Amino acid sequence: MAHVLIPSSSTRQAPKSFNLAGGALERVGWAAISLSSLLVLWSIVAYFAASRHLPGPAAVFGVLMQEAASGNLWHHLGITLLRVVAAFVVAMSIGGAIGLLIGSNKLADKFFDTWLILFLNLPALVIIALCYVWMGTTETTAITAVAISKIPNVAVQLREGARSLSKDLAEMARIYGFGPWKTLRHVTLPQLAPFWAAAARSGLALVWKIVLVVEALGGHSTGVGHQIHTAFGSYDVPTILAYALAFIVVIQIVELGILQPIQASINKWRR
Amino acid sequence: MAALDPAIEVRVQHKSFAPVGGREEQTVLRDVAFDVAPRSFVVLTGPSGCGKSTLLNIIAGIDTDYDGTIKFGAGKNGTAENPRLSFIFQSPRLLPWRTVEENIKLALPDGDPRQALIPDMIKRVGLQEAATAYPERISLGMQRRAALARGFVQEPDILLMDEPFVSLDDPTAQALRETLIDLCARQPVTVVFVTHDRHEAVMLATRILRMTPGSATIVQDETVALSASDRTDRDKVLAEQRRIFKAA
Repeated sequence: MAHVLIPSSSTRQAPKSFNLAGGALERVGWAAISLSSLLVLWSIVAYFAASRHLPGPAAVFGVLMQEAASGNLWHHLGITLLRVVAAFVVAMSIGGAIGLLIGSNKLADKFFDTWLILFLNLPALVIIALCYVWMGTTETTAITAVAISKIPNVAVQLREGARSLSKDLAEMARIYGFGPWKTLRHVTLPQLAPFWAAAARSGLALVWKIVLVVEALGGHSTGVGHQIHTAFGSYDVPTILAYALAFIVVIQIVELGILQPIQASINKWRR
Repeated sequence: MAALDPAIEVRVQHKSFAPVGGREEQTVLRDVAFDVAPRSFVVLTGPSGCGKSTLLNIIAGIDTDYDGTIKFGAGKNGTAENPRLSFIFQSPRLLPWRTVEENIKLALPDGDPRQALIPDMIKRVGLQEAATAYPERISLGMQRRAALARGFVQEPDILLMDEPFVSLDDPTAQALRETLIDLCARQPVTVVFVTHDRHEAVMLATRILRMTPGSATIVQDETVALSASDRTDRDKVLAEQRRIFKAA
């Protein structure tokens, strides 16, 4: 019997991992080049502006070191990160469940479509304001306000995923008696993985920006948003930039260190 | 000789598809009635669009929108109410994110004793080298072998197959048919097999039911007069094919 032989794993994977390593190196190289040119440009502009409202990289870096040494930086970064994670998890699970429901049920889709459009277009500022008016300044308010702002986006993306679920595989699962739990885990969720990934990556960026707004407006006494708000009160630009940069770095670490590896492992079956 | 209870009793009075996009309502099946004897290999054949796949989906319970009844006899493993049934689809329908072995295992309940049969079944369909591979990384022929293994590891009483060997080159399809014959010889199973390929029909079937487009029913019911050894003899299969389809 003539079979098509699978290449042995060593011959198949060797060139691939080599390419990956080469690609990663090139990416890091380009990131370094573009980042350092941005720093140079920033220094030049700051030098000629010579204003305390436009500090150069050195001044910002100095504030960053100071805040890190005093422990302030870690304290506020940690609290904001916790809020981001909590709001992110809540938004992804509730938004995902809603998306799955309305994407797989035509009646629910027709009914909730208008609601979704309404919430998609409701400015985050309004959601935040109403949440604080109704719920007061608590941790729950902060997380609720951020989650509500993000839920419609997640729901819309996952609705597309649910609409594109394969009927062929659903039939197969039914014929072979998969049952609801096995079907969800092995048939439905893997098909939704790319939609989750897209929602997660755009979600992380959106959620952390809204968390800062919530921290600034909600009268919280902790968090990066509160620090930036306080610094804004005295036009302390170096502190504003120091905290913003620190948080960008944190989010990039989450993206590269957690989200991308998860995505890579989910996609390992692809050709 | 006492008549055996049929393994499947098919009575479809009427099946039509609702009008779609300006097309009128279309009757696909009308007064289709036949019994399938236990352990027989029935092939439904006819050109595409004649309703044979629709009929198979009705037997499988995938399509429930029709007038009529489908009854099953009590099998060795399943009951009349709950027949043990496998379906091998036109496309392999494997989960691309699970390996070949996992795909076969997932089609059995957790902790089912039949899971012990999986390694042997994988060997029997010739996939021992590919057991841990993901479906998209193996050829279509191998994916179809995995689908065969998934169907047979169930130890089904009834096996329904919908053009399971299309879009393969001739030697690959022929090798798969031989594997199918080997598997059927080892497991007592009643098969309903859909194909438009007359040669394939004659090679595999003990009985052929022919449909034509527009007839919406079975126009010819023929017993295939070939022994097991005749079926690997190309000339004998061709001669029988000419005999059966001379009217067509």
